[in-house]
This record gives sequence, C-alpha cells and structure tokens, in this order.
Amino acid sequence: MAKTFDEINEKIKDGKVVVLTAEEFKDLVEEKGVAQAAKEVDVVTTGTFSPMCSSGAFINFGHSDPPIRMNRIWLNDVPAYGGLAAVDTYIGATELSETQGFEYGGAHVIQDLIDGKKIKLRAESYGTDCYPRKEITTYITLDDLNQAYLFNPRNAYQNYNAATNSSDRILYTYMGTLLPQYGNVTYCTSGELSPLLNDPELRTIGIGTRIFIGGAQGYVTWEGTQFVRNKEVIRDGVIQYSGATLAVVGDMKQMSSRFIRAASYEKYGTTLFVGIGIPIPVLDEDMAKFLAVRNRDIYTQVVDYSVPSRSRPVLRKVSYEELRSGTIELNGKKVPTAPLSSLRKAREIAQVLKEMILKGEFLLQEPIQKLPEDRRFNPLKEREVK
Amino acid sequence: MQLQKIKLFMYFPPEKTDKPITYRLVKDYDLMFNILQAQIQPNKKGRLMAELEGTAENIEKGLQYLKEQGVQYRIFNKNIIWHEEKCVHCGACTAVCPSRALSMDRNEWKLTFDHSKCLICELCVKACPLNAMDVNIFL
Repeated sequence: MAKTFDEINEKIKDGKVVVLTAEEFKDLVEEKGVAQAAKEVDVVTTGTFSPMCSSGAFINFGHSDPPIRMNRIWLNDVPAYGGLAAVDTYIGATELSETQGFEYGGAHVIQDLIDGKKIKLRAESYGTDCYPRKEITTYITLDDLNQAYLFNPRNAYQNYNAATNSSDRILYTYMGTLLPQYGNVTYCTSGELSPLLNDPELRTIGIGTRIFIGGAQGYVTWEGTQFVRNKEVIRDGVIQYSGATLAVVGDMKQMSSRFIRAASYEKYGTTLFVGIGIPIPVLDEDMAKFLAVRNRDIYTQVVDYSVPSRSRPVLRKVSYEELRSGTIELNGKKVPTAPLSSLRKAREIAQVLKEMILKGEFLLQEPIQKLPEDRRFNPLKEREVK
Repeated sequence: MQLQKIKLFMYFPPEKTDKPITYRLVKDYDLMFNILQAQIQPNKKGRLMAELEGTAENIEKGLQYLKEQGVQYRIFNKNIIWHEEKCVHCGACTAVCPSRALSMDRNEWKLTFDHSKCLICELCVKACPLNAMDVNIFL
C-alpha cells in the first residue's frame, strides 16, 4: 500500500512514525523481505560526511558608521567576494589565507564562526557619496551577523571515483595522498548509507527537500553544479561522472562543528567536510527496493590520478563492499584501500536525523520541483583568443 | 621491577651483519626485542628499527654492548600524537601509514592507533586533513 508525504508527516506529528537508518533498513529487508519492510517502515535516514569543495557561506555584516561599500574583503586574511551589495559577501571553502596559505582557508573561517570564535574583518572601498568610508578593520562573531548561511553549489555527490597512482612519485590530491606504483587506493562516499545512492531515480529528493546539514535543518535549492543525469549515466553498472549532485542551503547559526569541519589537504588546499543527512520516505515497494541496495551492488571505478588529463584511465570497476574490505586487487596484486569520507560520522548523522524525526522535530518536505532528467557533463571548449 | 621501553634505530657495519647481535641482547640482557623494520643483507650496511623493553639497568648494559660491537644507534626522541578530539575518523591517514599502526576498525569505522607499530615516519602528520596528528619531540 502506497504512502504519501502528508500521511507520513501526520504520523511524525502523532509520534507514530517508524524510522530506520539506511543500514538498519537494509538488514530488515534481508530478514523480512521488501514488501514487509515497505509496510513496516515510513522513513529511512541516510548520511554522508565528506570533503565537499564547492561549499561556502553568504554573510551580511550590518553597516558601520559612517557606512562603507566593501569592495575588497578579508576574513582572518582569507579573501571574500566583494562584488555584492555594500556589506554582503560570499566566502568560499577553498579560498586560501594570504598569510597562512594551505593551513587556513575559507573553510576554517566558516568553522571558526560556527564555533563562536572572533574573526578579523578587514575591508577596503574606493568610497562613494553614499558610502564614504574607505577602510575598516574590526572583529566579528556569528552572533553579530545579520545573516550567515551556507550556500553550497555542489554537495552530496551520488557516486565518486576511487583513486590510485601508477607513477613513481607520491601524488598529493583532493583524493588524499596517493602512494607511488599503485601503493594505495582511496575512495570517498558513504556507499549504501549515502543519500543519493538510496534514491537513484531522485523520486523523493528535489528542489525544496528538507535536509539535515551541519546540524541545521536546510534545503535542497537546485541541481548541484556538474549534475549529470541522462539515459547513459549508468554504464556497466557504474554511475558515471559521479551522477547527480545537490545545491543546498542551511543556517550557520544552527550548525555545530560536530557535523561540519574545515580541512586542509597537503599540497592541494582547504576544503570543508559537510555533514548531510536526507530522510527518504518509503512511499511504496519500489522505493523500498531502492533503499535495500547494498555495498556489494554499488560500484565505482578505480581511476589513475597520475595521468594529468581530463579523461584519466579507468583501471577497473569495483564494489563498495570490496573497497571497504581493506584491500582490492589491482593488476594481480592486493592494494590497500583507505576511505576519505567518514563513515562513522555519516552513521552518527543518520542516527541523529532518525531521532529528530521520531521526536517530531523534523518533518519531510515533498519536492516542489523535480530535478532535471537530462543533463550532460560538458567539457570546457577552448577557443582561440585573438 | 619497573620495565622501560625505548625505540631505536641501529646501524650495523657490513662486517657485523652476520653476527647474532640481537640474540645476545635477548639472552644476556633479558631484553624484549620487537623488530619494527629491518634492512639487513650479508656484507652490506644494515639498518634495524626495534623496540626494546627491559629494566633500565639492562637497557643501559645492552646499549653499552652495542657500542662495543661497533653498532651505531639512535634512540628515538619523537613520537606521534593523535589528537582524537580533532579527528573525524575519515581514514585519510590510513592511506599512507606504512606499518598499519593507523588502521580502521571495520565494524565501528573508527580510527585505531597502535603506537607500538608506529615507525614515526610522519606521513600521517601531512596526510591528515584535520591537523589531528602531531610530532612530539622529547629530550
């Protein structure tokens, strides 16, 4: 029997909802079958806690007296965008400090704000009749700010390549440190617990979906950048080009660094670990079938990151079950694997979200608009510039 | 009797690589000997990294014996500290740890750190994106 979002929300309000984490649900399906699991369970919670570079925050500082139209802005010496209205800015996670380099970046500014720390704001202006002031240096905290919300253009990748290195030198990449001569393989999704792998056809996740983000309740606002979806996306059982992505928003004032964390990768730069949890309603048996997917059924491809090209060679296809076993076979040899995405944190998020729903603190929101069905991954065409 | 533990690198001259030096350390000085890394070939300069455990007196005597045998050694004055409160258990450090001192518990997906296996190579210090691994130098 099919359920609707409204019916499930009524159960949440009445305290009668049945919620399981994705891992618990999969175990239940193995024990009782899809039909019974679909009948018994209303909501399944998913989670991910991964470095997501395309993240950042919009901030409004409020006006000083006399006022300034900030056109060059630094937060703890990390440049922020000055091309918005007078005291609005956007600070990106990967922007690096002008004084500390790779050690500190926009992601760290975001985490320090969330942690309640004082941040040094420095801004310059050319001065106008309406905004005469030309410079300001002061300290701000999250409480002072009128608005501070994450607006991340690309989070929650559906799938992602596993990485290795065939060359003779160590590679320092956003996929971690890759040892020479196939010394290791790194991978970066929470597999069967990951939000978009549990709703592969995006039936319940779209614009307007309420999500858990960094400890706050936020929303899916748009397709993520590099969102790829078309008939050929699944090839040889592997979701190609990383599949769907989400643009998401959430209020930093409700966040906690328990669920969001700044990171710095050696010789690569800074990024932000973003904790995202998405509740998926078990609308019918079809949905339950998707939610039953296990790591042994989810594949990615092992890619050689030593080839400095857009299309790097694929060495083999591999399941998340094999990746999680600790070693995979590559060219006849056993190669150790290492995760980069925290499964422990992803589980914590799925569990916290489950408890919020059980307590009636988190309602499901049906998408107000589906995400696009036909999107390709276009390369950058280079044209001769005269 | 209080036992002490030290970690050291030993450098064997080529003419000593065929002598049972480690055996003597165990036999004559009652030292527990745990080899962490070794590169020893007959008639070539050898290198051995090991942990020695025993009474302070026996450790001192054992080191004296090494000196007499022409084995150079260097006692580690460093160790690696894991700041667990900063750690998110992502696993990035396990990708580079050569001795598997850092590994993931595959049930809890929690990082575990076995200090006795640590070679103090410091690769994890650089590989950790959360800045949770540090080198501690003591004198």
